[in-house]
Formats: sequence, structure tokens, C-alpha cells
Amino acid sequence: MGWIQDIVDPKARLWEELYRNRWEYDRLHRSTHGVNCTGGCSWEVYVKDGIVVWELQATDYPSLEPGLPGYEPRGCQRGITFSWYIYSPLRVKYPYIRGVLADMWRKARAAFADPVEAWASIMEDEEARKRFQKARGKGGLRRTTWDEAVEIISAATLYTIKKYGPDRLAGFTPIPAMSMLSYASGARFLQLLGGVVLSFYDWYADFPPAFPEVWGDKTDVGESADWYNSKMIAVMGSNLNMTRTPDVHFAAEARNNGSKLVVFSPDFSQLSKYADWWLPVRAGQDAAFWMAVDHVILKEFYADAEVPFFSGYLKKYTDAPFLVEIEVKEDSNRAGKFLRAGELDRYKGSENPEWKLLVFDAKTNSAKSPNGSIGFRWQKREGLWNLNMKDGEDGSEIEPVLSFIKDRDAVIPVDFHSAGDAGNLRRGVPVKYIETARGPVAVSTAFDLMTSQFGVSRGLEGDYPEGYGDNMAYTPAWQEKHTGISADTVVQFAREWARTAVSTRGKCMVIAGSGVNHWYNANLIYRSAITALMLCGCVGVNGGGMNHYTGQEKIVPESAWRTIAFATDWLNPPRLQNTPSYHYVHSCQWRYDSPGREDRILGNDHPMDMQAMAVRLGWLPFYPQFDRSTIGLVKEAAGAGAKTDDEIISWLIRELKEERVRFAVEEPDRPENWPRVLFIWRGNALHTSAKGEEYSFKHYLGTGTNEISEETKNPPIHDVSMKWPAPEGKLDLVVDLNFRMDTSALYSDIILPSASWYEKDDMNTTDLHSYIHPLSAAVPPCWESKDDWEIFKTIARKVSELSRAHFPRPFKDIVATPLMHDSRDEMAQPSVKDWKKGECEPIPGKTMPRFTIVERNYPDLYNRYISFGHLPKKTGMHEKGVHWQMEDLYYDYLKGAPSETWGGKTYISLSGAREAANVVLFFAPETNGEVSHRGFEDLEKKTGVKLAGLAEETRGVRYSFADLLAQPRRILTSPCWTGITNRGRAYSAFVINVERGVPWRTLSGRQHFYMDHEGYREFNEGFPTFKAKLTKERSGDLRKTASAGRSVLLNCLTPHGKWHIHSTYSDNLLMLLLSRGVEPFWLNLADAAEIGVRDNDWVEVYNDNGVVVTRAVLSARIPRGVGFFYHAPERTMGFPKSPLRNMKRGGGTNALTRVRLKPLFMIGGYAQFSYAFNYWGPPAPDRDTYALVRKLEGKPVF
Amino acid sequence: MDIRAQVSMVFHLDKCIGCHTCSIACKNIWTPRRGTEYMWWNNVETKPGTGYPTLWEDQGKYRGGWAVHKGKPKLKLQGRAGALANIFFNPYLPTMGDYYEPWTYHYEDLANAPEGDDQPVATPVSEITGRDMEIEAGPNWDDDLSGSYIYAESDPNRLALTPEEREVSFRMERLAFFYLPRICNHCLNPGCLAACPAGAIYKRGMDGIVLVSQDKCRAWRMCISGCPYKKVYYNWATGKSEKCILCYPRQETQQPPACFHACVGRIRYLGLVLYDAKMIEAAASVPDHELVSAHRDIIKDPFDPEVIARAKENGISDHMIKAAQSSPVYKFVKEWRIALPLHPEFRTLPMLFYVPPLLPVTASMKDGIYESTGEFFGSLENLRVPLRYFASLLAGGNEAEVERSFKKLYAVRVYRRAQTAGDISQKEVSRVLEAADTSPEEVEAIYKMSSLASYEERFVMPPFMREAAIEAEEEPSRRKTDAGAGFISKLRRGI
Repeated sequence: MGWIQDIVDPKARLWEELYRNRWEYDRLHRSTHGVNCTGGCSWEVYVKDGIVVWELQATDYPSLEPGLPGYEPRGCQRGITFSWYIYSPLRVKYPYIRGVLADMWRKARAAFADPVEAWASIMEDEEARKRFQKARGKGGLRRTTWDEAVEIISAATLYTIKKYGPDRLAGFTPIPAMSMLSYASGARFLQLLGGVVLSFYDWYADFPPAFPEVWGDKTDVGESADWYNSKMIAVMGSNLNMTRTPDVHFAAEARNNGSKLVVFSPDFSQLSKYADWWLPVRAGQDAAFWMAVDHVILKEFYADAEVPFFSGYLKKYTDAPFLVEIEVKEDSNRAGKFLRAGELDRYKGSENPEWKLLVFDAKTNSAKSPNGSIGFRWQKREGLWNLNMKDGEDGSEIEPVLSFIKDRDAVIPVDFHSAGDAGNLRRGVPVKYIETARGPVAVSTAFDLMTSQFGVSRGLEGDYPEGYGDNMAYTPAWQEKHTGISADTVVQFAREWARTAVSTRGKCMVIAGSGVNHWYNANLIYRSAITALMLCGCVGVNGGGMNHYTGQEKIVPESAWRTIAFATDWLNPPRLQNTPSYHYVHSCQWRYDSPGREDRILGNDHPMDMQAMAVRLGWLPFYPQFDRSTIGLVKEAAGAGAKTDDEIISWLIRELKEERVRFAVEEPDRPENWPRVLFIWRGNALHTSAKGEEYSFKHYLGTGTNEISEETKNPPIHDVSMKWPAPEGKLDLVVDLNFRMDTSALYSDIILPSASWYEKDDMNTTDLHSYIHPLSAAVPPCWESKDDWEIFKTIARKVSELSRAHFPRPFKDIVATPLMHDSRDEMAQPSVKDWKKGECEPIPGKTMPRFTIVERNYPDLYNRYISFGHLPKKTGMHEKGVHWQMEDLYYDYLKGAPSETWGGKTYISLSGAREAANVVLFFAPETNGEVSHRGFEDLEKKTGVKLAGLAEETRGVRYSFADLLAQPRRILTSPCWTGITNRGRAYSAFVINVERGVPWRTLSGRQHFYMDHEGYREFNEGFPTFKAKLTKERSGDLRKTASAGRSVLLNCLTPHGKWHIHSTYSDNLLMLLLSRGVEPFWLNLADAAEIGVRDNDWVEVYNDNGVVVTRAVLSARIPRGVGFFYHAPERTMGFPKSPLRNMKRGGGTNALTRVRLKPLFMIGGYAQFSYAFNYWGPPAPDRDTYALVRKLEGKPVF
Repeated sequence: MDIRAQVSMVFHLDKCIGCHTCSIACKNIWTPRRGTEYMWWNNVETKPGTGYPTLWEDQGKYRGGWAVHKGKPKLKLQGRAGALANIFFNPYLPTMGDYYEPWTYHYEDLANAPEGDDQPVATPVSEITGRDMEIEAGPNWDDDLSGSYIYAESDPNRLALTPEEREVSFRMERLAFFYLPRICNHCLNPGCLAACPAGAIYKRGMDGIVLVSQDKCRAWRMCISGCPYKKVYYNWATGKSEKCILCYPRQETQQPPACFHACVGRIRYLGLVLYDAKMIEAAASVPDHELVSAHRDIIKDPFDPEVIARAKENGISDHMIKAAQSSPVYKFVKEWRIALPLHPEFRTLPMLFYVPPLLPVTASMKDGIYESTGEFFGSLENLRVPLRYFASLLAGGNEAEVERSFKKLYAVRVYRRAQTAGDISQKEVSRVLEAADTSPEEVEAIYKMSSLASYEERFVMPPFMREAAIEAEEEPSRRKTDAGAGFISKLRRGI
């Protein structure tokens, strides 16, 4: 063609230099994004002329074993926009203070030489206090200096401690794994003070209670590369494209490798497009589907045929063969507790016999107690806590019987909960009679009871369905009405699932996320799916398992990290609070709760009473602890003659018993019991993380609110006092460390400019891959910002300085802690007994919380902050019950490491984040092979199982921060985790348990189908079951709200969105350009037509809890009756005011929520149901939320 | 035979997650500048949908690309002479309404707002006028909007469907969508180049990258109309057109383009192909349904001694030939024939090819109950989007081309399932392979390239031999010592 000619004149191409120049840069630097995201991606940051210009993914991850796709590149559309923030108009460049507070402070400071007294003068002037509280969130910020800001913060800190006690200070920072040293900075400062660190995983409802229930583990899951090993992947409630963006290629690649990908999602989601099979199970009803799947598996692969791989797995790795007593009553028999070894003559003399379970041995035709129950874990005779089916006393082999269906003494009728249908179901169960001290007791196996629970008759009498088409729990036909999926579809799924597991020995996998985990009854959704996994031998297998990905909870080097983060190198124990309880109580949301009959438990009609009971009985922590200062109490005790620590505690117990000292949780409205100072860093505590945001605005901040809810009249509460009116403006001071002017910053009193993720050193790990890698400073902290470590160091220095006048000497403090998981405490309460009701004596660590006297030293607080204390040298380090010595390593490390010398001693230095990172790396088993080896040796002793070989080949490996900067490093196989990463093997959870016979940290030491705690049985959750999502009535979201004009009622879902990671990036220009310029509300075409709304119209979404005003997007991919408002935009970005709520600014996703706690999860002191931080306690669900939607009247007003 | 070399591309749509990381990777580096705000050299569209700029595929509206006139390709816009005659009036340009009004926000209001009675908020402001604005359109407005009567319904490819097929696609049991990432196709027969009255657009000889010379561009904007893909944009600040440069500065340093590097779905492949430039005109002139195969025929076997000899005659080095021989693109397009060009009927001979996406199996709905049972991996018979749609998008209406791709993609899965799970009989595997006209060796190779290929295997960077290119103008030894010391050239209305 004539016009295509060869250009021969090279000069014509000289201009090409233009784009070459554009591409040029001066420096490449490795960092990542410390955002609450499981991506954990390594990035190369490009710096030109001292300015960060852009970023691209690092692609140098060490490779996995051959045959697995690689991890490169990792990093998504959100991460790649981060450089926009650094120099954006949103950047917090300087310290800011609320103007009206600044005026008050400067005046007070002129009047008082002592800053603490100056702060007191403001706090004790109620009018002044109210005045600046009312201004919160309403503009009027003013620039200040670091010196002034730090002085105010330090003064408020010391004032609060003096007046109320240190447990009135709290800090919220989420998800350590994303930038663990930044997390540690403020946490360490607070714990040295005696303040409270708030949990995050349960608060976000990302924590899956089913994991502790079944496995005794917070969460342990496979890395994303392990998806590739799976041959059938079922994804529910997890929109992988959205939230696992850098991992989802493994799913496509697995599909291409012959794996089947099935997606459960109520909407035709971005992932559904990617699937082989999309099943639009109705939102929140997935458990019904899985219950029917389990029914089919139990019928076809257990009752009708024997699959040796399945039944063998159940006998060895689950509680299925263990004996459960049938509680025989006149009118109704029920599944009771696991029969305990202590009931049998044969085991009377053994250690902890009431914590050892029994199976029926086919060899001897008798009940036997095999190794591995929790009683073996905490007994003196070591080496029997393992999964060997051997008698715990004489070591004889046991051949456990899975079912009594063939060889039984009798069939007796047992009542089962009928899952949303009327009445109980009475079904025949095969039993044997076991001779006990109480006489003969009818027992069945957990397996037999479960088979009956699922409605598989095996020819037994009773209310059993006749076939799959029978509409009775839990058949395929029964589930249709709950899920909207046909019975045939369920049957096909169940068969494909089980057959795949048979032919691959367990390579079926569930990937689950917040879409199912954020429901009130989420644990049941999980348990029903986990049941399908366990029945088919899919847990502890590469390519199998329950892979829960939401909330980046995996701090890989947790043991060493928590020592620094919670300052246990200096003091023990820390004050760690489960946040759902904290906010439910302190932000007054309990006052609006009106639970139903089904929420009654253990004699409590209201979750608030259960909460008080949980604190009193040592099940959950609660801070503030008491109705007065924990420091003051020590003085009171001394005044009453207590001399030793033990005497102080004895005095305290007496005072508690006689109600002269009361738990603060029993009187949350009293000003003495309010939280007073809140530190926020790395998070959005007042917005994204403020479920029931509008309640927080009112009761915590004392500023405007859009909630119109009424407090419940005469709630059935007996143990907690209630004052009227409810307190408003509880918080004296809110401090926010931030690089973005986000919602929390706008509502805080002091905003400190923090270094962004390209301006500081830190470390990052995740569940989704098996590498540890760094954040580091591509440029120094911009403008006046400082990194978090430096900021809290600065505050610590000032606190130490001011405390010379106010706390010149060391003093004692009483710390209350609950009965802890992975300690002997988990054998504290074989049954529930309340000392307050006289059912038992109050005994710390047994029937009530533990109390510890701790000595604090404020003048040395700064020195302690920057020094790695000597305590671990003596005590060693521990994690999840694994323990190792480290004194020699401490001195080894000190030889070359930076150090601090003060008070005549020399310490390893923690003066900066990089120093702290190196300490973590050196002392953690996942990054130092020698430490791992020691931990495995300890675990060998406890279990009697050979394990140290797992660490042999990496024993000499030690990573330093400089190593991480050079390349992400693969984590080592560790005694604190359950996967094996040797030689490039993909991490999969519970592999060590299955392959090596290490028990799970549960009652039986096995995976649990059955929960025999009396709370579970009362709550009808002993066995997996189905409970529907909450109704609109039960939710209580629309008690006061009337429909305003043409409105449609929707279940409001807030899945993770495409253009932000929580609120981060939701205000980023690039993300807003690629979306609709504002976070819109998605609804179905027909629902929109009902209210006359067209695409891009403005809508108002409203309920009792608050209001959202935004644009609508219409699509047939959203089901009817459901609205999507992708979680969680900043309310600062383009949202108009609400005509329905006095023309005040509408909120974000949390504007529509209120916290409802499931009281079941408040139990404690019982095996896996024992407290640990972010491990146990009620989550704060948000999916069961309802709202009305209408078209916005008139033009939007900003 | 006139053998030339071209850097060519494959996007594996089955793997695309629509994340737009590619778009940002590009935007950050190349177009965050004033005048380029609305330029998305790389964008990602939801299909069915209207795309960016809106309805770009509708050449009835935009008159891009070529038509066959008297057996030869002729620009739809007009010939070059016509363009010159009509130089001051071009009715086929997309307007700001077809793109969007770029905006930012009054971010500064958040920190600076004086104390009031409510929370401050950052509101949108136009980057063009500086005035407050309402956002009514954006570069990705119909993202994930499957089942929208406004956007999905207006997709021009849906014209290939029957009214009934169009209607059911809004029902839950038939809903479907997928993503289409788009960059400049660096065509063999570029419409933009042909339309430029100033001769500012050229295709680089050694690698086929199509560039708009920022020296020569005179703002006629005929390239924008001439390109049927609407991948040339006008920079209103510099008064010059700009487009995707396939990151030649990165490629020249042995790095794939930024959007390829950033592709976290790992859908992208890049490599050299050798083609016969003599065949271009004929290939651009065949009937629509023959376009795909004619296009494929232009690409020549890099192992063929004849091709190698002719390549050498044209100055293509041994290094380049070796790169062409290990090109993943050659395999997808030519060997396996599963990657297809986007809208070949535009006749620009685009050098970016797409592997069509698999979609979930369909279902039926009865009394509100969703029923979906059937074959393990689904089948061609129950595709959620009819073949005709894909044929309209990727094959000039030739369904057989799309069918071949789909059958092979199924065959790969069935074969690998049998290998790894062992629950499919050998007989069934043989039947599927035969139906797809493929072999165990071929599906194994497709599997490896689609699932396991590493960064280096996905992007086989040819040597750009910068020393030789620089030598044409300046001694490389001088460039080494002098580079960076001062401006090489100054543009009249610089960027």
C-alpha cells in the first residue's frame, strides 16, 4: 500500500527521546501497602528527582515447587494508585488540632504551668468539654506544632490515669500483619502505660467462630497457590476478583488444569463470571444448601456404602467416634455431653479424667480413652497428647467404632432441633449402655447422633425423611425454600464433591469470606460447609480445606512480634480487649438491643446480662475493669492491711463478692467507667470500623447523629444498671495518626501526620501467600510526618518527662484477664457455675478472671519503649502452647546489634522500626530456623511425636531486614502453625496435624462436629444446623422508621468493592474516575422501577440507625430484595445531605448498622471455648441489616 | 515475500478479572498530565457493554477503519486526498460527551473548612472548566453492568443475536458478562496512519510499534476518526495527538509494557512474530468471514528456512529470529489457533489477539427455583452468551473460528482433569480431543502456557538492539558518555 513507506531518515525519529525521558527514573525501592488487605504484595516504588512517581509490582518471589504457577505479579488496581496519595491534597502534612480545643488549651496553658493541670481545667469545666465535643467532625481544624500536640496528648494521658486509672485509655489499630511494627508502636506504648488495646478481627466480623469451634484455632488456611492443588473449589461469600485480586489467577489456572470452580453468590458477581457453575443461593442462606449436601454425603457415602478413606479419616481425625451421653429425660431425650473418662472406674486415677473423652473399642468391646484429649495436653505425664488411637493409660491399641448401627444395645428416640421448621424432630438413635459410677448410661457416637441430626434414617424409626424429595430437615428438597436452588442441583453438587474427594483423596476446597461470614449466624454456614469437608477427608490435605480469607489476621512471626507489641518483654499480662463487647457496651448500643427468645442463654434474657456474666466468670475481658482506678484499688487494699500481692488479690475478691467493688461492665453509664482517651492509628476507627457509627458519634463523641432509634423500654436486664438519659460524649480526647484526611481524622481532636507506606520501614505477611516482605522508605517521611514508631516514641518521651512530677516512683496496678486458651485455664470450668449466685466460690483463674499485680514505671517508660526487656530471657517465648528458651540467642544477638544502656544494664535496642523488625525476625521460628527447631523439640516432648525433622533442613536459615529488602523470603515451617512449606510445598492448614498426628487444640484433640458445652446445647448448636438470617423484625432496624413516600425495603449488603480496600483508596481520584465518582448503591431493575429510580439517580437509603445519600446503579445482576452498597467509602467524598434527617450529611456503610452480639460466643473457660485475643468472643455482624430506599427529593445539597 | 518483524500480543480473556490494574499502570506513567486526563491508552470494558468512548464499535457513527472498495481497502472516513480537502471539518470525532468531562474534587475543603454545623465534604470539580459539576459519565461507566437495559443492551455486537436471545440475557439464569481489556492494536494496516494528513504517524520497521510523532503532529485529528478502536487521543494542552506507545522505552530496556507487567490476572502474552508485508493488502480485502484466516496467513513460520532467509534479507537479525521462534503469541495465534483478532472486519489487521472466555453453565428457572445440572465442565450447547456474539466480536461473524477456540479450551480441561484427578475415562478424553481436532501434546502445551507460564515465558522480549538504532544517528560510545547532558531536541509546544 502506497502510504506505508519506510522511513529512512533517523532524524525523524529523534523525537522518540521524549517518551524515553518520561520513563526515566532515579531509584527503585521495595515497599508495600500497609492497608487492611490480604494481598500482601511486594511493590517496586519508582523515585524521580526525589519524588515518588509511580509503582509497579515486584516479580521476584522465590518460586514454589515445580508444577505450581508462580506468585508474580502481585498487586491490584488499588495498590497501584497509592503513589497518588503521597502528594495529594488529602495528605496530612502537619499536626492538626480542633480549633476550639486549641483556644481552650492555650488559655489553660497560660494559666497553669503544669500541662496536666491545664488539661484538668478543661476536663473539669463541663461546658468547655461539651463545646469542643460538639464541634467534632464539623470542620474548624487548625495547624499546630508537634510540641503542642504531644504535650496535650501526654497531659491527657496522665490526667486520665491519675483520675480514673490506666484502663480508661484505649487504642484501636487493626490487622497487625499489614504493617506489624506500626501496629506494635502504639500497642507497646499503651501496654507499658497499662492501657487497653482493642481487637479487630472479631470487631470486623472477619473472625470466623467456626474455626475455634471446630479446630481450636483462630484461623489457619491454605495459601492461594494451594488452590491450584484443588480439584473442586467451592467459593461462597468471597468475591475473589474483588478481594483476592492478586491471587485469583490461581483459580483460573486451576480450572485450566481440570479443577471445577463452583461459585455461590446471590448476585451474578465478578467471580461468578469466572466460574464453571454459578449457584445464586439466597443471601445468607448458604447453610441450608450445605446441610442438604451433608445429608446426601452421609446417605450415599456412609449409610449406603462404605468408603474406607472417608470412615478412616473420621475415626482418626474427628470427634465422630467419641461417645456422647444421651440425656435421658421423661419427656425428651437429647444429645448430652461427651462421656468423660473420669466416669469410668478404669480411669479414675488418671490425670484430668474429667477432660478425657472416650471411644468404643471394637477390640475389647469397651469404652476406652485414647490419647489426645485436652486432659492429656495439660497433664504432668508428657508425650501422650497425640492422635494415636492408643489407650491413654496402658498404651494398648484401640480400634474405635464409628457407629452403633450394626452392633447396638438399643435404639432410643432423641429430639433434634428442626431448623426453622416447627417443633422438634424425634428420631431413633442406636445406643450402647456403658457402666459408670452413676450406673449404666446410654451413649451413642457423635457420628450416629450427627447422622440422625442430618435426617439420614438408616432404617431407624422416627421423624426421618423418606427420600431426597421429602420436605423435612435436611433433605435437598427441604433446602429449596431457603436457598432457591433446586434439589437436583444439590444432589449433583454433593455427588461431584464426594466423588472428587474419593478419587483425589480429599482435594476439595471451600473458599469463604465476609459475604457469608458477616451474618449473625455465620458460624453455622461455616460449620455446615466444614462438615462436607470433614466427611470427605478434605482437611489437612494440600488442595483441600476451609480457606477463610477475610481480615488479614496472619501475623506470621507472631510469637516474637507479640512480645514487642504487647510489651511482655517488660510486663505481663497485657490488657487486651475484645472490641465487639467494648463498643456494644461503651457506645451504648446495648441500650437499643431487643433480643428475642431465641437469644436467651444460661439464664440470661439479654446479651448485656450474658456479657456481664462472661466478665464475672472469666470468659471475656472487659476494660475498664472496676468502678474505680486499678491503681487506687491497690492503695485501698494497702489501707485495709494487704501487704503482699496475694493479700491484695484476696482483699479484692472479698470486695467483689460483697459488691463493694463492682465490675465496670455492670455500670457502664457511670462517668467513672467510661473510656476517656482513644488513640487511633493505621485505621478508620470512627467510620469504617465504627459499626453503629451514628451511635458512636452520639455516645462517644458527643457530636451530631442521624440515628433516630429509640432505646428499648424495660429491657430484660437484671445484672447491669442503666441510667437515664444515656451518656453522650464519653471521650475526652481522640488522637488520630494518619496520612489521609479521612473520616476518622475529621472527627478527631488531634491529627498527627504519619509517614505513608513508601516512607517507613515495616514488615508485612498474609494468609494468601507464604512470604514475609518489607515496607521501606523510598523517600523520607514527607513534610512534617513521622513514622508510627517515632510518633509513639515521641509521646512516650513526653509522658516519661511529665510523669516525674505525677508518678515519680514505680507503682502497682491490678490487671484482670480472662481464662485463656492454650493454657491450663481451658480446663477451668467443666460446667457453668456462677459464684455471684452462690453456686461456687469466687476463685481467680478458676471460677472468675485471673488477677495479676503488675509494677509500672512511668519515668522509665520511654527507656523501656526503646529497649527489648529481659523478661523473655528468663521465661522464654511461647505461642499457642509451644515454648522455647532464648537466653543464649539474646546474648548472641546483642553481640552485633544496636543496644541501649540505662539503669546499669544493656538491652537490645528497639529505637526504631527497623531495629524492632530485626528483633522480630531473629527471635521468631518462622524466620529463624534454629528457633523453629527448638519449638518443634518442645512440641515433640508434649506430643511424643517426631517433629524436629521438619525444621532440620532450614535450621541454619536466619532472615534479616536487609534480606527482605533484597527479596521476599519464604516463611519456614513452624511449630506455631500447621502447614509445611519445606521445598516449595504450598502451605495448607492442618497438614502437620494430619500427617504427623499432632492434635488440634480442642476438647477431644480432634476436629469437632459436636460442641457439648451446655451453652451450645441450649442454643441448639451442638451439631451443625441451619438458622436463617435475621428477620427485619429481629434486626430492629426499622422499628421507628416509616416509609417515606415510594420506598422499597431491601436487605442491605456491604460486600467488598472493586475500587477501594475498605475506606482506603475510596477517596483516591483514580479509583473514583474508574467508578462513578461516588460510591453508588446497586439495586435490581425491578426494585428500582418500583420507586421510579433510573440509573445514576440520587437515592436515600435509611433506617433507624442512620441514612446514606448516594447515586443508584441498576443491574439485573443484583437479585431482588437486596441492595449492594460496597463497603466502605469515606463519608467525606461527595455524599450529599439527607432531607429525611434534618438536612444532615449522610454516612457510609456503617450509617445503617447497629451491633448485635450472639451471646453464645461469650462462653469461656472450656477447652477451645476459652478466650484469646482475636480468637474468641462474639463478632460484630453487619449483614442482617435492612433499610428502605427512595429517590432523593429535589437536587442534592452538599 | 517481504518479511518484517512485529511485537504482537495475546490477551487470554478466560483469565481476565476486570481489575483495571493495567489501566492504572499505564495512566500513572504516561497520561496523568494536563491535557491527557481523559486518555486511557489502556482501558478495560465490560462486555456486553458500550465501552470507551461510548459505542466505539459502532462505525456507522464513527466511520473508523476500512471498507472494501473495488476489491481494495479504502478508509471509511475518506481517502487521504479527501482528508486534505476536508481538513477543517471532521464530523466523525468523538465529543467530550462520548468520552467524559474529567474531574477532580475540592479535597482541600476537608482540612480547611471553617467550623460549621455539619461535616465538610469534598465535591466534584471539572478539570476542564474548574467549575463544580455533576458526574454523569466516566471512562468506565458501565463497569460490571451486566444486565443493564441502558448499557449492556446497547452493545453493537448484540445485533448478532435474536430478539429472544437478547431478552433472556437479562434473566438470572442466563446473565453473563466478561471483560475486554484494550490497548492500541499496533495494526498492520493502521487506519490512524492512513488518515493522518501530516504524515506524523508511522509504524516502526523493526518492531511494528505505531507512533504519533510529537514533532510532526499538526492536530488534524483525522487519526482519531481513522482508528476504529478509538485508541488515538487528542491532547488539548499540547495540541497533539497521543496514543499507546507499547512502552517502547521499557521494551528497549528488555521490559514488557507496563500494562503487561502489571497484569495480575496473568492474561497477557507478548512476543515477536514475522509477517509478510506483501500480503497485507490482499488480506485486508477478503470477505468478512475469511478475515481471521487471511490475517493468520500473513504471519509466517519463523522456523521455515525460506522465511528466515527473507527475514535476513530485510535486515532482521538472528537475535530477532530467535525471539520470534520462542514467541508465545505465535503459538496462540498460529499454531493453536485459539487467539483471535478484535473486530477483524475493521480491516486494520490488529496485532493484538484474544482467547475467548469460558462462562458458567446456564440454568433454568421454574417457580423461582434455580435448576442447573448437566455436564461436569459445561458444553458449547449451553453457553451463556451465544457463539454468534463472540463471532461478531472476534471473528468477522465466522462462528467456526470461535468454536475451535472453545472446543480446545474444553479439551485442555478434560485432558488435565483425567491426568490429575483420574475420574474421566480415557475413552472420553479421546472423544473430546478428537472433537476439538487436537492432540495430547497440543493440549498439554496450551495448558502449560495458560497455567504455568512465568513472567519470562509470557513475555519473550526481543532484543531491541539499541546500539544499532543509536548508531544511525550517533556513535553509541558517545551516547554513553554524553547522554543526559542537555536536551536532545526541543518541541515547539512541548509536553
